[in-house]
Amino acid sequence: MARYMLSVFGPTERTDFGDYDSKEAMLQAFADTGAFNEKLEREGYFVFADGLSAATNATTVDGRGAQPVFTDGPYLETKEHVGGFWVIEAPDLDVALALAAEGSKACRGRVEVRPFHTEQDIQEMLGS
Amino acid sequence: MTAPIDEAIARVHHDEWARVVAGLARRFGDLDVAEDATAEAFAAAVEHWRRNGVPPNPGGWLIITATRRAIDRLRRESHRDAKYQAASMLIDNSPAVADGPIEDDRLRLVFTCCHPALSMEARVALTLRLVGGLTVGEIASAFLVPETTLAQRITRAKRKIKAAHIPYLVPSATEVQRRLTGVLAVVYLIFNEGYLPSGGDENLRTDLSGEAIRLGRLLRELLPSDGEVTGLLALMLLTGARHAARVPPDGELVTLGDQDRSSWDRDQLVEGWALVRERLAAVDAGAAPPGRYQLLAAVNSVHTYAPSANRTDWSQIVTLYDRLVEIEPSPVVRLNRAVALSEYDGPAVGLAEVDRLTDALADYHAFHAARAHLLRLLGRTDEAVAAYDTAIRLAGNPAEQRYLARRRDELRR
Repeated sequence: MARYMLSVFGPTERTDFGDYDSKEAMLQAFADTGAFNEKLEREGYFVFADGLSAATNATTVDGRGAQPVFTDGPYLETKEHVGGFWVIEAPDLDVALALAAEGSKACRGRVEVRPFHTEQDIQEMLGS
Repeated sequence: MTAPIDEAIARVHHDEWARVVAGLARRFGDLDVAEDATAEAFAAAVEHWRRNGVPPNPGGWLIITATRRAIDRLRRESHRDAKYQAASMLIDNSPAVADGPIEDDRLRLVFTCCHPALSMEARVALTLRLVGGLTVGEIASAFLVPETTLAQRITRAKRKIKAAHIPYLVPSATEVQRRLTGVLAVVYLIFNEGYLPSGGDENLRTDLSGEAIRLGRLLRELLPSDGEVTGLLALMLLTGARHAARVPPDGELVTLGDQDRSSWDRDQLVEGWALVRERLAAVDAGAAPPGRYQLLAAVNSVHTYAPSANRTDWSQIVTLYDRLVEIEPSPVVRLNRAVALSEYDGPAVGLAEVDRLTDALADYHAFHAARAHLLRLLGRTDEAVAAYDTAIRLAGNPAEQRYLARRRDELRR
């Protein structure tokens, strides 16, 4: 099994209802996403999932110097930010992509599928 | 006298490369190992076979040699458990069945190389390297990119296949249709890059259309009952048969109507026509209605079947384009239909249809070339010259530019 992060992207500027146009739309998306999460758990793919507060609430920290530097806002200045994510386990990318398509439909956002490093990757990096 | 041996080796390379890479990829689960070991086995074959002749079962010889090389390579690598792994791989006990609807290692390889999670450029490069057996240098020169760029493209794609766990299998029966569309698009793109190079004058680019036809034959061997697979092969055969007549050595494009029909490749036409007939019979017998490749193949069989250009059955071609527009209402398809319609109903009718596509195709050279031709037939000379100018500016292919320039200059006299 491989582990994937499914990140949901949405606009930086949010409405009163997060990434949604109306309360009804938001509630429907929450319900559909909840049902999708249940499916992930039922079928054994689920590791973790959650939604994030607005990117404007982020703080960027640079602790590499003598004194840590704190900057208001997200690390990247882009028009779209990660709004939430799933971490799943799946046998291969085809399964992960099929699940991402369902998740995207449920939450009404575009989803980036990205594999996590595996133990083997790390071993190879150490070995080379 | 090594020439016959070298020819035999080249033939075995064509026939067996994909099978050896694909078999090793399944067994070792690693495209890098499979590719390198196969390349080493072929290098060894050249040496041994020149000395001792081609063995009775060259494919078997190659698989055994490549497997040994792969195991040697794994042993050399410093991984802790490599020796155990290598030992377990001496016996091929990996399951040969149970993945997809059709079981052939080469088909898995094709679906992996053409996976939708890879960029189109990566798919083309991987398919030509791993399925076609072209060298990185050959692919790079065919696509006019530096060899290092192409090598990086292949390395990055293979890394993604591994890191993202792109599966090495034939998709499920329900998925295969959807995914196959992407595979056929890769093969057709390779064919077109050879048939209508967008720039440069490398010889290898005609080899690319030949390579695409070879990939098409392989796909048909693996998926003989798929109508679109057969349709694409027929389309490439019927189009490719006209290549020599289309771009003669002096380098100016000869359009279909002016081509010397006796210089078309008769064998390729006969094979293409047979495939089109096979599909017509299959559809009559209840197979799914024809998709884009079958319809385009049918169009080309009507073109090539006519003894001369003025005896082309244009009404049939318009009908076929009507059906194509139904399933693929893109502006380019509508442009082709409009051109066929102008042959059937006259240039005024054709031009009216073409002009409707102005917004969508303003940057497409073939749109302006078609307009120029129709304006010329209607005696609207100034407008025709302007349209030729735009077409020449937008055309990337030198043979086509020369043809358009000559047509324009005829009007200026």
